[in-house]
Amino acid sequence: MTDAVEFSSIKSRSPGAVARVLGSSLGLFVLTSIALVAAWQLIVVWFEVPQFILPAPSEVVRAIYSDLVTGRIVQHFLVTLVEIVGGFVVAAILGVALGSLIGLVPIAERIGLPYLLAFQTVPKVAIAPLLIVWFGYGIQSKIVTAGLIAFFPILVNVVTGLQTVDQRRIVLMQSLKASPLEIYCKVLFPGMLPYLFAGLETGAVFSAIGAIVAEFIGAAFGLGCLILQRQAAVDVPGVFSALIFLSLIGIMLNLLVRLAARRLTFWSRPRRTADH
Amino acid sequence: MAGTVETDASDQNVGRENLIAVDGVGKTYVTQDGRSIQAVASVNVEIAKGEFLSILGPSGCGKSTLLMMIAGLVKPSEGVIRFEGKPVTDPHGDAGVVFQDAVLFPWRTVAQNVELPGEIRRVRRDARVKRSLDVLELVGLKGFETKYPNELSGGMQQRVSIARALSMQPNLILMDEPFGALDAMTRDQMNLDLQRISLETGATIVFVTHSIAEAAFLSDRVCVMSGRPSTIRAIVPIEIPRPRPIEMMASDEMGRYVTELRKLLDHRGG
Repeated sequence: MTDAVEFSSIKSRSPGAVARVLGSSLGLFVLTSIALVAAWQLIVVWFEVPQFILPAPSEVVRAIYSDLVTGRIVQHFLVTLVEIVGGFVVAAILGVALGSLIGLVPIAERIGLPYLLAFQTVPKVAIAPLLIVWFGYGIQSKIVTAGLIAFFPILVNVVTGLQTVDQRRIVLMQSLKASPLEIYCKVLFPGMLPYLFAGLETGAVFSAIGAIVAEFIGAAFGLGCLILQRQAAVDVPGVFSALIFLSLIGIMLNLLVRLAARRLTFWSRPRRTADH
Repeated sequence: MAGTVETDASDQNVGRENLIAVDGVGKTYVTQDGRSIQAVASVNVEIAKGEFLSILGPSGCGKSTLLMMIAGLVKPSEGVIRFEGKPVTDPHGDAGVVFQDAVLFPWRTVAQNVELPGEIRRVRRDARVKRSLDVLELVGLKGFETKYPNELSGGMQQRVSIARALSMQPNLILMDEPFGALDAMTRDQMNLDLQRISLETGATIVFVTHSIAEAAFLSDRVCVMSGRPSTIRAIVPIEIPRPRPIEMMASDEMGRYVTELRKLLDHRGG
């Protein structure tokens, strides 16, 4: 919702309106987060909540600071970053490739669809222990788990996007004697981009889930692994610190996907309505 | 039945070279439950080079099917269509097609949409760009090159699609109720512009419509189609020199043609 509002104001040619809407929604976010953190601090101090249950924001900040200056977090952060991004990229490539096959080749759809539906009903995290057995304790098994979980929403969206293409555009291309490859590159692929990006946004979230679950099951490095170690050591501020760094990865990936979507699918957004 | 009409039509075309010959063409669709539906039956018509021919008929009578067969997009079940003497089996790519909706690609600018046929034909970029500027000027969209389709009105979008059809300088333009979705005032203006474009380019135009006035105003000849199975009921030459001013729509002469065409359409409740 906010996305559409921001976009429409960017398209309108009055910079004043852009600044106002962006400024106010960002301002709103900053204001509410300051209020929330302040309330959190107050509640913890007021009711003397023990640190091992809920640390005060100031404790969390201290834990983040010490993670940064000691550099302890860096390796875990990078490992998890590679796992999440790696899984996401693998899922995106396979999702587009297999999705195109299923969406465009009838025989591939008839063969693939039953498996797809069967797989959809399985909670993918349940397969993670098996993947650790097959791909080891290292980074590969995490990428595979993340990729597998992120793959399905991407695949499903690609198939939907290709199957809802405006048939008249294909007829037009045929009237121009376009080859099937040209029809794919010039009509089908650009036309399904809005669906693909919807899938990628979900896929980015799922990839993070996959990587962390796989780390929970068995890993030597990574933020998920660190969270378990700190939980065992009753270092709750440390757990919060790791969570903050984890959410940083999620936010970055989400921003990248949305930035790309904004550049590539600007044409599919709802048309600018009357000024608000 | 169509034979006598065909003779009349050929008489009209003495001295003009034929671009398209539709010879005994019919189309039967088989539905999913195995029934066959005859959409078009035994159509004979010859279309001269540079001619503006309208195909007029009630909605859903198969006139679009006939047009798609001329484009090579639909295969006839019987009969043969010849384009410059050669039977049409596939889309020939020499015809510009304009559909009822503009069918533009919203991720491309106006100019990029117009350049699409050139890209597929591997026309060099500079030639393509120049040509798109020329045809956009021809359809009255100079200055809109970098706009996106959803920034344009319905009438302007249809102009872009006409420019796209003109971009490869086709000697044949096939139009399937191109102005059906436009309001009456825009439609009048589009009709005037189409008349000008057809005279300036000298392209042969086959124009499907269910508007009697539009068909009479624009055409050299009007093919009146019957309901299903669709066949040519009559071919009426409109013997008023082109270009025709828009006021002519209300003239007695045009009125007589419109009355004649309406009678032919109403005959047996088609």
